[in-house]
Amino acid sequence: MNHSRYPEWRAEAAEALIAPIVAAEPGPVLLCLQAVQAHFGYVPGDAVGMIAKACNVSRADAHGVFTFYADLRDTPPPAVPVRLCAAEACQAVGGRELKTEWATACGDDAVLAALTGVDEPIFCLGNCALGPAALVDGELMGCADVARLKAAVTQAQTAGEAL
Amino acid sequence: MSIWFVPRDAAARSMGADAVALALEGRGETVIRNGSRGMLWMEPLVERAESRHGARVGWANMTAADIDAGMPDEQSKQYVGVVEEIDYLARQNRWIYERVGITDPVDPEDYLAHGGLSGLKNALAMSGSDVVRAVTDSGLRGRGGAGFPAGIKWRTVADQSPTPHAGESPSAPAHKYICVNADEGDSGTFADRMLMEGDPFCLLEGMTIAAHAVGADRGLVYLRSEYPDAIATLQAAIWIAREQGWLGEGILGSHLTFDVEIRVGAGSYVCGEETAMLESLEGRRGMVRAKPPLPAIKGLFGTPTVINNVLTIASVPSILARGAEAYAALGQERSLGTQVFQLAGNIAHGGIVETAFGITARELVGDFGGGTRSGRPIRAVQLGGPLGAYLPDDKLDVAMTYEALAEAGGMIGHGGIVVFDETVNMAEQARFAMDFCVEESCGKCTPCRIGAVRGVETIDKIRAGQDVAGNTALLRDLCDVMTQGSLCAMGGLTPNPVLSAINQFPEDFQSPVIATG
Repeated sequence: MNHSRYPEWRAEAAEALIAPIVAAEPGPVLLCLQAVQAHFGYVPGDAVGMIAKACNVSRADAHGVFTFYADLRDTPPPAVPVRLCAAEACQAVGGRELKTEWATACGDDAVLAALTGVDEPIFCLGNCALGPAALVDGELMGCADVARLKAAVTQAQTAGEAL
Repeated sequence: MSIWFVPRDAAARSMGADAVALALEGRGETVIRNGSRGMLWMEPLVERAESRHGARVGWANMTAADIDAGMPDEQSKQYVGVVEEIDYLARQNRWIYERVGITDPVDPEDYLAHGGLSGLKNALAMSGSDVVRAVTDSGLRGRGGAGFPAGIKWRTVADQSPTPHAGESPSAPAHKYICVNADEGDSGTFADRMLMEGDPFCLLEGMTIAAHAVGADRGLVYLRSEYPDAIATLQAAIWIAREQGWLGEGILGSHLTFDVEIRVGAGSYVCGEETAMLESLEGRRGMVRAKPPLPAIKGLFGTPTVINNVLTIASVPSILARGAEAYAALGQERSLGTQVFQLAGNIAHGGIVETAFGITARELVGDFGGGTRSGRPIRAVQLGGPLGAYLPDDKLDVAMTYEALAEAGGMIGHGGIVVFDETVNMAEQARFAMDFCVEESCGKCTPCRIGAVRGVETIDKIRAGQDVAGNTALLRDLCDVMTQGSLCAMGGLTPNPVLSAINQFPEDFQSPVIATG
């Protein structure tokens, strides 16, 4: 799978990201984790230890912060992540059914499944009057259905390859 | 030459507004990206005016293909006429949202041309103490859900001395903070998002007034990561405000020094609880703190801290501009001023309705909302987010005030109203409420952490037809333990949707069905 939008993990690059945060901010652990993920796409185990040391907290404390937050991940993200809203306002307009249909579509298409990671549920995108809402590669979609999701995935993939 | 307005709001963009703007620009037209009017079923709502501040006419649900096929005209079936005369807008009373949808959100001149900064200028001419009094007199209560009087909270912070961060030497720089809670996690709410995307200077102005009132020097906005557009727009507004001298040292020529930064959340619902938010801002797990100490006395990094919701802070500029008395003249009982209601879920005309407290849920859902989007009858309405009760259709005549809703067993929460049609299964919704608590509990209190897991299991047994009476009694008992034994609203209010579903829709818990995930 192609994760070319994110650079390969490099400890020196991570240290350079973390140092100014630790110097400037009180309580920098979460900010460091977020900075590493924004840069590399995920937070490798090595980064958690590095951040703990830089912030002068125990590895357990840093790991505790890392595992608390749903956004933080320890593996690279899919190339075109798809996230379908799982909350009530979208449930009221077929959000559950869309999840099932999308899972079926991905079940029938291994390439699509690998490309999108199928679905990482998200609780509310703030598009509650135009549900079901979805986030495709970071772009918000209203009134989502399988056809529009597939089209958006293709578009995001094409845009990614053009870079 | 006409000027075209195409919203840059995320909801409008989610329906193709960017492509419409590009298509118009491709035809050589002048396009301004405004905020959304909040009539979300019309998005993208494209407007045209003959001059920058002239009257605007609109076209609903426009696509790039519509533009490519020819410039929209008054004969088009998408034509909606003069936008401000549309009933949905004309019947509102906009204070917080007075500029949203009208201005270019990141144009400082547009902000000033539409009354921006008049609240701050008035405030700076007053003592901090008088500003606190004005906010108290307005009757403004916290819009995050708890409804605590904003003026009393501000008074408490104003009465404290600034302190160094906890653990620093007593001679280290002393601070007070204004922390805005923009972790708008409730499903069915999007008013914070649309305000930050549609009029971010209003939030910054409100924070600056608060800073002057209580003597704070630093501001943070805790903004959820699920709102990338709001993050980008507010960040742009912060940079512009610094350039304009609206933030930083000596604001508008006064002695006030105050600056604002954004902190992005990391996907945790419970971090919308104020003490969990403080923990998260301090870089830790978002675990709820016991109170006291109150955050107003020992808040962020141990300093006196104002924590207010986006809508609370964004109410302040218009209160200072138009007067506390005018604000307090709106509403009923101790629910004064305006509330920004959000119509969501299965609703024909979803969006923003800012109006005085006291309107009924039925007026909002029926008169404004136009009933369900599906056209089927309404079965249930959830008020106040995932921790709010479900009300059946025949209970919708309740007035939307803190007091009347509390009496009806509901809560106004953050003003979100989620409509469900007759196809909803309320046992499934009750299960979801418990399951959401499993996902999002911070884990500090056992009734919340473990009780929610047991709640899901028990609802599954009821739905499978196992000892329905016994398990329902057990579920009620469990809800009681969660309500009584949890520090914060996560565990304490999760029983609201569960019990209201059981009490109002018992038939959904009677017939055995196969449990679904």
